[in-house]
Amino acid sequence: MYPSAFDYHRAASVKDALRMLSEYGEDGKLLAGGHSLIPIMKLRLAQPAHLIDLSGVRELAEIRDESGKIVVGAMATHRAVESSALVRAKLGLLAQCAAMIGDIQVRNRGTIGGSIAHADPAADYPAAVLALEGEITIEGAAGRRVVKAADFFLDLMTTAVRPGEIVTQLAFAPIPPGRGFAYLKHRQPASGFATVGVAAVIAIAKNATCESARVGITGLGPKPFRAKAVESALAGNPPAQATAAAAARAADGIDALADIHASAEFRAELARVYTRRALEAAMARAAV
Amino acid sequence: MAVIPKFVGERIKRREDPRLVTGAATYVDDLRLPGMLCAMVLRSPHAHAKIISLELEKARALKGVVAVFSGADLKNKIGSVPCVAPADHVPFHPVLAQGKVRFIGEGVAVVVAVAPYLAQDALDLIEVDYDPLEAVIDPEKALEPGAPILHEEFGTNSVTLASVPNPAVEDAMRKADKIIKFRIYNQRLAPVPMEPRGTVAKWDAGYRQLTVWSSTQIPHLLRSQLAEQLKLGENKLRVIAPEVGGGFGAKLNVYAEEALVAYLAMALNRPVKWIERRRENMSGTTHGRDQIAYLEVAAHKDGTVTAVKARFVCDMGAYLQLLTPAIPGFSGLMMTGCYKIPALAFEQQMVFTNKMATDAYRGAGRPEAAYIAERMMDMVAGEFGLDPVEVRRKNFFAKESFPVATAGGLTYDSGDYDRALNKALEMIDYPKARAEQAEARKHGRYVGIGIASYVEICGIGPSSLLPPKLKGGGWESSTVRIEPDCKVTVLTGVSPHGQGQETTFAQLVADAFGIDIDDVNVVHGDTAIVQYGIGTFGSRGTTVGGPALMLSVGKLQDKMRKIASTMMEAPPDQLVFSNRTVALKSDPSKSIALQQVVDAAYGYKQPIPGLEPGLDATSFYEPTNCTFPFGSHVAVVEVDPETGVTKFLRYVAVDDCGKILSPLLVEGQIHGGIAQGIAQALYEEVVYDENGQLITATLMDYAVPKANMLPHYELASTVTPSPVNPLGVKGVGEAGTIGSTPCVVNAVLDALAPLGIRHLDMPLKPEKVWRAIRDARAKG
Repeated sequence: MYPSAFDYHRAASVKDALRMLSEYGEDGKLLAGGHSLIPIMKLRLAQPAHLIDLSGVRELAEIRDESGKIVVGAMATHRAVESSALVRAKLGLLAQCAAMIGDIQVRNRGTIGGSIAHADPAADYPAAVLALEGEITIEGAAGRRVVKAADFFLDLMTTAVRPGEIVTQLAFAPIPPGRGFAYLKHRQPASGFATVGVAAVIAIAKNATCESARVGITGLGPKPFRAKAVESALAGNPPAQATAAAAARAADGIDALADIHASAEFRAELARVYTRRALEAAMARAAV
Repeated sequence: MAVIPKFVGERIKRREDPRLVTGAATYVDDLRLPGMLCAMVLRSPHAHAKIISLELEKARALKGVVAVFSGADLKNKIGSVPCVAPADHVPFHPVLAQGKVRFIGEGVAVVVAVAPYLAQDALDLIEVDYDPLEAVIDPEKALEPGAPILHEEFGTNSVTLASVPNPAVEDAMRKADKIIKFRIYNQRLAPVPMEPRGTVAKWDAGYRQLTVWSSTQIPHLLRSQLAEQLKLGENKLRVIAPEVGGGFGAKLNVYAEEALVAYLAMALNRPVKWIERRRENMSGTTHGRDQIAYLEVAAHKDGTVTAVKARFVCDMGAYLQLLTPAIPGFSGLMMTGCYKIPALAFEQQMVFTNKMATDAYRGAGRPEAAYIAERMMDMVAGEFGLDPVEVRRKNFFAKESFPVATAGGLTYDSGDYDRALNKALEMIDYPKARAEQAEARKHGRYVGIGIASYVEICGIGPSSLLPPKLKGGGWESSTVRIEPDCKVTVLTGVSPHGQGQETTFAQLVADAFGIDIDDVNVVHGDTAIVQYGIGTFGSRGTTVGGPALMLSVGKLQDKMRKIASTMMEAPPDQLVFSNRTVALKSDPSKSIALQQVVDAAYGYKQPIPGLEPGLDATSFYEPTNCTFPFGSHVAVVEVDPETGVTKFLRYVAVDDCGKILSPLLVEGQIHGGIAQGIAQALYEEVVYDENGQLITATLMDYAVPKANMLPHYELASTVTPSPVNPLGVKGVGEAGTIGSTPCVVNAVLDALAPLGIRHLDMPLKPEKVWRAIRDARAKG
């Protein structure tokens, strides 16, 4: 459990970090909370020559209301997200999801930006970020760009972030009052990661039909995804009747992962069951 | 002056804990010796392969590297890693592989460097050319013709075939209403102590004396074995077990790295430290269980069981560690459990496979036995439509029958199995729980009630039960020394590493001399300070170490009474120890300070002419029998048929460990035990793939139980003193583990009973349960 030798750099600003990233190229690696990077370095599966620590960049850890949008800095810890009054009031789903990651020690160090940039297929956050239609700000030498959550996760541990770029923040529209939401997960018994995790946000129309449903699923496939088949099966229909049939489509078209804790077949079944339950829990909280 | 209270039986907090929770304890890895080097072992990535060549020069050339050795370099320099249990085939077990590797994680080379980072760099520079061989992982396949052979010199993968025949079994089978047959599997488990293993060794070239610090449960036994491996006199070898962060049986062993590190310290004349990493711990520290049993049970319609026959296949792994082939014997001998089953026969085929060796793990044979016995009772109940409680009651030994001889040839010391079961049923309100279950079933809910009544074997015990090659019998030792200032030093031969004897023994000694608990210091785990002892395993610390302690206490009490009687002019048998005085029993106002008696014993003029000065007594105690703690656990669970997840609704445990010296410590042991037992039932399993790769090599995949995976425990006890030892204690280190595993499995299978599901193998993971439900429903 001893990493190979590396140089440690503490970035003073995003600009500073970008400069070092460009200088060290493939030999440089960003350090956020370190919960994924440090273990793989200890196993020497990753051997970066330069570690660029972002923890000194204070503004990256901020959580704020920016003209109606809730902005969560990439270096905000899970604990900061789960206990932020702003997040709890306006983005309850994100707070709920953050509170279900690991344990308090993990949440005190792990960061939202680190989690989504690493894109572990069993990470919790992506499900919620997808269901909340978050927008991810990525900065690079060429400037900043904003990527929608749906376009951010590309494949197993692969995102829209290019070499030399940094995820700096996530922005969300507040969950409108009256919408119901829920994040439910089936915990992998050893790691506590999501074997399957489902985040749902539901709006119920005045005529008691489902006005809109947004469902993000993590753990099932190589990348987290919006369950569009579920969403469209619900939209415009009375939820009580449509939910079961909609949830049955949660794993449609997904090449499910398999490990000793859950086969692909079982994961798909868990996705369907947890989707139905997440939808039901969201509906129970939704107001017409 | 404040009156000093009595301590035995009180809810006293562990005296060990302040140093542990404040980080002031010294574990092996906390040792910093001048000039100390770091050793790191290169491990095999293959389950079975020939070593064609090893390229060490690049590693040797790295700056900061002091030495690099391969297995071939150490040939004939260090003796075999010992196995003291008898078996037909005991292979030579080198400290580093010689010519061939036989499991993932086997050491092939060692690097010694000035710092761990450099040692790891050097390991990365070693090139090994392997010729992979076919591996055999399934112990039943290992016996088939044509299976790859691990140890060619034996021409077979059979370690030994142990057989305990009994012709009465066949007779009972013929007369039975039904012979119930089933296969049962106790899966392979990793003990996962919080502190992995670690060893530091220091050679004193002047005195030609070796000191070894190791995270072990058995410092003296380790000294004896190391002395033989290294050809040193036991008087020139000092073994110290510093703070040990959990053992669970995995540190009741002698490991390759212990002799290796000792050898390195001697060869290099520098202190050397080796600390096991978690991956090494998962692959190279002994595993537990891994026993298959094929059962045949002769049962009668009223629930009476008249005979049990079993054929075991026991996976020993690639080499035999200290007691590897001795563990299954307990599973066989104890598998009739609490029941007066007259006939028992079994045979045990022990097998080599390309996996880590199995050995003792919390319970060591008894959890396997209890699991068999308790699944058997539920099978009988299911077969004849009887209540599992009634089947147990029908077969229990009656409390009047103790001490009672069992079909396995053991003598259970004392017991009242009905009382423990009745108490547990009362706590759970059994009729109400069954009514609620019936109601839940009407609504399609899968609620189950599981019962397990266990008996186990502790406090080993008569020396005849331990292998002679262990160089240490079933006894235990103590020294009690009253120092000139009236403070007491206790040296115990047991080696507690979480069991809390620093507290329990201080309670006993304080009460015996009428002094404060803080006046007693319990010292253990250093062979240069403590007289030879056997160590801590099998709940023997208090059951065997306790009586050994009290023998020395008694000797000093006698001597002090004798001195005091001269000083007080009162008969010795009329004197009692209380409140730091020796007082007249009939008139406590007539007393002298204990300090005066101590002064006299140490004084320049002895009060009794010819009496030996000082207050120091050493004793060795060997019990005449083991002790047999017992109890009943009852769990109520609900299985989610959509996900296969088991949820606890209630968990009640009634344990009888004989007399209770320290209630808080007993509860702590039960809590930890139940956690590990539940984990076997639901969560944990060591998984090797068919090529022998270890899939559960980290805690990201090996599911040790976390608090949120465990129920609230409702505990109670009954007290049936053991007649075996003067303290009446039975031991409680493993009880929780032994009772809980079958209890939880029985509960889950009771929940699934309406589906016609008869048995599932552990761990009852969600997917397995979900599949069973789906398949059962499909069959309709």
